Amino acid sequence: MKNKIKIAINWAGACGGCDVAILDLEEKVFDITSIADIVYWPVAMDFKRKDLFDYDDKSIDITLFNGMIRTSEHKEDAQLLRKKSKVMIAFGSCACFGGIPGMANFTDKKGVFDCSYKDTASSFNPDNIFPEINVKKKSGTLTLPSFQNHVNTLDQVVDVDYFVPGCPPTYDIILKAVTIIAGYADNGDLPKKGTIIAGKNALCSECRRNNSMTSKVIEKIVRPHEKMIDPDICFLEQGIICMGPFTRSGCGSTCIDANMPCRGCFGPAENQYDQGTEAMSTFGSAVTTGQDDYIVRGEMLRPVNSIKDPLGTFYRFSLPNAIINKNMKDGK
Amino acid sequence: MSKKITISPITRLEGHGKIDIMLDDDGNVTDSYFQVVELRGFEKFCQGRPVEELPRIMPKICGVCPGAHHMASSKACDAVYNIEIPKAAENLRRLFYNAHMSHSHLLHFFALAAPDFVPGFDAEPGKRNILGLIEVLGLDTGKQVMKIRGYAQKIQSIIAGHAIHPVSSIPGGLSKPITKDQRDEIKKMSLEMREFAGVSIQLFKDLILANDKYKDMILSDTYIHKTYYMGMVDDNGKIDFYDGDIRVVDPMGEEFVEFKPENYLDHIAERVEPWTYLKFPYLKNVGWKGRVDGKESGIYRVNSLARLNASTGMSTALAQEAYEEFYSFFNTTIVHNTLAFHWARLIENLYACEEIVRLSHDDDIINPDVRVIPTETPGEGIGVVEAPRGTLYHHYKTDANGIVTDVNLIVATAQNNAGMDMSVRRAAKNLIKNGASDDAILDQIEMAFRAYDPCLACATHAMPGKMPMEVSILQNGQKIRSMKRK
Ligand code: SF4
Ligand code: SF4
Repeated sequence: MKNKIKIAINWAGACGGCDVAILDLEEKVFDITSIADIVYWPVAMDFKRKDLFDYDDKSIDITLFNGMIRTSEHKEDAQLLRKKSKVMIAFGSCACFGGIPGMANFTDKKGVFDCSYKDTASSFNPDNIFPEINVKKKSGTLTLPSFQNHVNTLDQVVDVDYFVPGCPPTYDIILKAVTIIAGYADNGDLPKKGTIIAGKNALCSECRRNNSMTSKVIEKIVRPHEKMIDPDICFLEQGIICMGPFTRSGCGSTCIDANMPCRGCFGPAENQYDQGTEAMSTFGSAVTTGQDDYIVRGEMLRPVNSIKDPLGTFYRFSLPNAIINKNMKDGK
Repeated sequence: MSKKITISPITRLEGHGKIDIMLDDDGNVTDSYFQVVELRGFEKFCQGRPVEELPRIMPKICGVCPGAHHMASSKACDAVYNIEIPKAAENLRRLFYNAHMSHSHLLHFFALAAPDFVPGFDAEPGKRNILGLIEVLGLDTGKQVMKIRGYAQKIQSIIAGHAIHPVSSIPGGLSKPITKDQRDEIKKMSLEMREFAGVSIQLFKDLILANDKYKDMILSDTYIHKTYYMGMVDDNGKIDFYDGDIRVVDPMGEEFVEFKPENYLDHIAERVEPWTYLKFPYLKNVGWKGRVDGKESGIYRVNSLARLNASTGMSTALAQEAYEEFYSFFNTTIVHNTLAFHWARLIENLYACEEIVRLSHDDDIINPDVRVIPTETPGEGIGVVEAPRGTLYHHYKTDANGIVTDVNLIVATAQNNAGMDMSVRRAAKNLIKNGASDDAILDQIEMAFRAYDPCLACATHAMPGKMPMEVSILQNGQKIRSMKRK
């Protein structure tokens, strides 16, 4: 029998959903364990951060890294695992694009701290106490990792070989990734560097509502709670913003089938670079009732009135990766 | 010079956590700190979002209990629009939510908690996991656990689109009803779930309570804290996970206060400590007296045991029987034994399964009338549910367009922050003597906070394994000994 390959699974600024998604493979998890030894998985198994230091450089074959980068510890872990691994995979939307917590990039550390520890209704903090990296106590010093000004994607802090999008990646997508891992275990084959392990085209291409799509302009944008949503008709036809045209396929239309529009967790499709700018320029020409509220982003001036929250709608999962935002990096 | 023992990483709420245990020169415990080392700032970045999107954003706080955030958020949205959802929608949400509770409770017990007792905390380390448990219980029971847990996930995804990615709940109800076929499937699963819930409680009694070593441990002073308890109750004072008033009892078991969720700010405040990213909620009207228990200290606990203590019982027949048996075992009306959280969890699971049976057998559950369109101008709303790990508060304010201006969240595990911190300290003080700490002792310290099922313990649930833990003993900043459980 061939030598088993070595896999590490790590989380950084994550909710745990990516790890649960792997656990939800249930008996398929054993497909992984038959070809690979999991040498590090702090969420699920008895391994320690310290163990990582002991591994030789490049001695781990593949690291699946989930979560975004916000604290000094996240960054150190990313750098350490990069050093120890031959292949680095950004797993899940947070690692790939910054994900939901990446929306925090419209503000900075101070904004987040003031809100969390002072301004929130139940916080009682008359002495303005905030978490600190070093706190001296009689009995010893307590340390915390530092908190960066902004959220970084994984590939903003280390070199990434492959991307597995999704919040969390769906069953089929994870199996796809497992197939690649198996191929590598078998004969060392790997796809082209930078490959995004999901579909290629926009989500619309796999959506079962797409035959109801016409090319008419959207007359009025409505929000999902403002109208009874027809379960068979394209959301855009119904005036509801759906990120399907700007989002990579591969999720199996999870939200669409629950009669809710896509919010873009799989990131931009193959030929698109930036989900937000793509969406804004399209909606700019598809909406007719542009009257007086405009949004301005760099060169763009578009009548997307009644889209109340372009940032949170178009960059729900990808703000740290957005063009408008490339200066928000303290990871490099 | 003092020594320090660091346990890291442990389970987490918003990030990884660690525990530092300080020893004096003689190697006895002087202090300990439970630290959460991460923050993501949901309260800040939800500002500016359309409020109806929050039920899809908030579940990303925790991939282990996304269902709880989805529900609390939807309820807060209903309140923001001052809208009453149709009865059928409420029933469907309750069905979803009881499945969520059942899934979480079952997993915690079988994959994480039970191996401490069967084969036991002092068993060979490689056996102290779900596989070791299955060796004792038999493979059939093991498979049964996986199957029933799968059912609970399945029910959630039928109703909400996906178990880790729930999306169907919106202000005014749900985006879609369920079909008759789906309902029939749920009905069938529900009966097996209820039966297995009964089996689980029996297993707890046979394997744990019937063993004097564990019985003594559960009753031991090492695992006791006399605190306040909080939980949600219905009109009759019975446990309700989805809706009701918040009831708090004092350490004597007397009602301290019962309040409407909307008034939570009159009763709860949160303290900030510089050495952790997680705040410490406490009862405002008792006050913060430091990390200590007792009637004078505003620290309260949440989660299963707290809910049982704060309620007058269960609204379903089988769970009520189990509830009565629980209190007669301890021969008191209020139970402070931290390890009893486990037993309480199984009783709640039985209740959740009885509710799933009841709701899925009601013909109205396929009623397509699951939505109303909000008409009022949005403003402010508070949504509270009992998450698997305790009371969960979502509080939103919006402008007249329904764009969020303020968010306040008090999550379940935060409310047990002080409880976990104290429990670790007491266990460490009682168990570590003169620097002596072996694996079995560390396991017993770990059991003190595992009883709370702190959030990411859940992820650990499904895999053979246990919570990772490393201990370093430090002297003059130098590591003099390091120990790792295999
Ligand atoms: S990508 Fe989604 S599921 Fe994964 S850690 Fe981030 S928020 Fe959680
Ligand atoms: S429909 Fe969109 S938001 Fe939903 S899972 Fe698919 S890609 Fe993600």
